[in-house]
Amino acid sequence: MLEVTGLRKRYGALVAVDGVSLRAGKGETIGLLGPNGAGKTTTVSIIAGLVQPDAGEVRIDGRVLISDTDPAKRDIGLVPQDLGLYDEMSARENLRLFGALYNLEGAKLRRSMDEALDLVGLKEREKDKVLNFSGGMKRRLNLAAALLHDPQLLLLDEPTVGVDPQSRNAIFDNLEVLKKRGKTLLYTTHYMEEAERLCDRLVIIDCGKVIADDTLQGLYRMVPAANVLEIELEDGKMNGLRVEDLRSVTGVASVELRGETLRIGVSDLSANSAGILEWLVEKGHPFQHLASERASLETVFLNLTGRSLRD
Amino acid sequence: MLIPFLALMRKDLRLFLSDRRAVLMSVVAPIFIASFFGYIFGGGAGNPDTSPIAVLVSDEDGSRFSQEIVTRLKAETSLDVTPATPESARDAVRRGKATAAVLIPKNFSVEAARAFLFGGAKPEIGMLYDPSHGLEMRMIQGIMAGAVMETAGKQMLSGRGSTQSGLTLPFRMSPEGVTSGRGVQYNGYAHSFGGMGIQFLLMVGVDVGIALLLLRERGVWKRMRAAPLSRGALLGSRAASSSVTSMATLIILFAFARVVFGVRIQGSMIGFLGVCAAFSMMTAAFGLLIATLGKTAEATRGIAILATLLMVMLGGAWVPTFVFPKWLQAIAVVFPTRWAMDGLDAVTWRGLGFSAVALPIALLFGCALVFGALAVMRFRWEAD
Repeated sequence: MLEVTGLRKRYGALVAVDGVSLRAGKGETIGLLGPNGAGKTTTVSIIAGLVQPDAGEVRIDGRVLISDTDPAKRDIGLVPQDLGLYDEMSARENLRLFGALYNLEGAKLRRSMDEALDLVGLKEREKDKVLNFSGGMKRRLNLAAALLHDPQLLLLDEPTVGVDPQSRNAIFDNLEVLKKRGKTLLYTTHYMEEAERLCDRLVIIDCGKVIADDTLQGLYRMVPAANVLEIELEDGKMNGLRVEDLRSVTGVASVELRGETLRIGVSDLSANSAGILEWLVEKGHPFQHLASERASLETVFLNLTGRSLRD
Repeated sequence: MLIPFLALMRKDLRLFLSDRRAVLMSVVAPIFIASFFGYIFGGGAGNPDTSPIAVLVSDEDGSRFSQEIVTRLKAETSLDVTPATPESARDAVRRGKATAAVLIPKNFSVEAARAFLFGGAKPEIGMLYDPSHGLEMRMIQGIMAGAVMETAGKQMLSGRGSTQSGLTLPFRMSPEGVTSGRGVQYNGYAHSFGGMGIQFLLMVGVDVGIALLLLRERGVWKRMRAAPLSRGALLGSRAASSSVTSMATLIILFAFARVVFGVRIQGSMIGFLGVCAAFSMMTAAFGLLIATLGKTAEATRGIAILATLLMVMLGGAWVPTFVFPKWLQAIAVVFPTRWAMDGLDAVTWRGLGFSAVALPIALLFGCALVFGALAVMRFRWEAD
């Protein structure tokens, strides 16, 4: 559905996008993950035809976008990071305008507006002016405005910025519906939890370059300690435990001691957990509680770039 | 209390100074306008460059007396005297090509001499004038009276000791403001509504440009650019809506002037609508061009105000162009505000037909096309 090859864009001395390539198949949801200023929005802007790249090309369903009026743009729905709405107009008036930009009119436009408003749960408020909407409602309408012409590819540029958790969940529910309908979503965010929940595959971008492109599982595998075993030892059984000895056990990537609790990083939970637990018991350190957690995307990003995702 | 007050003040100053172009324009614009007015009004020492007033003279008398009057008028540096027939003089004044016309009738010298030496009925000199130039008319009347009296003194008093009637003017002047027809009074509201309408529509044009720049800062612009729309459609639709608004504004202005002040479209109604449409399109295109001048709305506003004031000033909406020096009058001809003003005057109180406004309309449309093309070429299309 979407094929981006070797995109490059420079603003003066700043290289905003430096050879970005990515693909998104039909029905796939791709997360474009990176810190602020990484080049996500510029990449999306190039894909949407808003910005001309210095090099590289964008193909939508195999067709290269070549002009402002390229019919291939009808396959793209853009949800801009800045709210693309007229506050002085009602929700329905906004949708009528944005539908008309794609030559929609009459019954077809009305049907599209009704469907979009139903999806985002704003049918009851369709006649209200946007300036009376909450931030979350505006974000939902911002999404609805991109759906009117039934695009196959949705470009979502941080669509949940500045909204409360409830509205964020509502938007996520909407996106999951769209995903089920077979839409291809390219979702930029710097919220790891959003990417984890929604995306089939993640493209991590930093300083304008793609530094990883894989499924969530694939990305976790890049981290030496993809899982953390949290082991709470029985009272008084800490005596004599040497962290250095534990590090020599097969599969242990890292060890951290927090009071009576050990946090042991392991690369393969199913292969290594049993050996570690046996070792502890054999050495006289029985445990009373055991839990495991997966390494976060933050950890993945930190591991790949050496800095935090939210820098 | 003082700390937040100073902090707020410091913030405002810092923001103001951060945009160098806006700062520059806020200083340059008043300097330019003050210098301009100071120059055209002579800067206290009189402006030697001020161009002479165009006056046509029809001498049907053709006597030595009348010829000397004409010679004296020609010698007056503040007048630009050209011979004409009564008919062509009336037509030129009506069309605004000349400010006034002096009509010296047949037998003027004989009747004037009789009146001067023996009293009795005084001959009449016709004074046709453009009623929008009332001040100049008074000046011409004074010069005319002086020329006649000097000539009469020289030719009629030589060898005579006194006159019967004393030294009074041996003629009467019959001034006639040339409007759409004889007896039709000049309505000054027609000119003022045209002038103010033009000025405010230019301001509307500036708003179009500023609004476009502000739109770029919102997501709406991205949404519009993401749609399969041509650049012409994006800017053209904005220009069209602005044109419609401007045209409606002009029509409402003149409808108000008609109802309240009795301003009538005495000439071609199609010509009037044509001038309104052409000027509205010109202002819309001017607005689009404005949007290409600066990077930010703040910086552009300063440039736009300067450009607007320049067009309004040189178009003659504030002060009549006759007070301009010659070279400036020559430049003023290229400003579309001047053509719009001339066009509106022509079809309102001058009562002229479509042919009189065909050229202004064509020039205004041409200007709209040039401004629009420049705007499309120079506009920064990429979203910020």
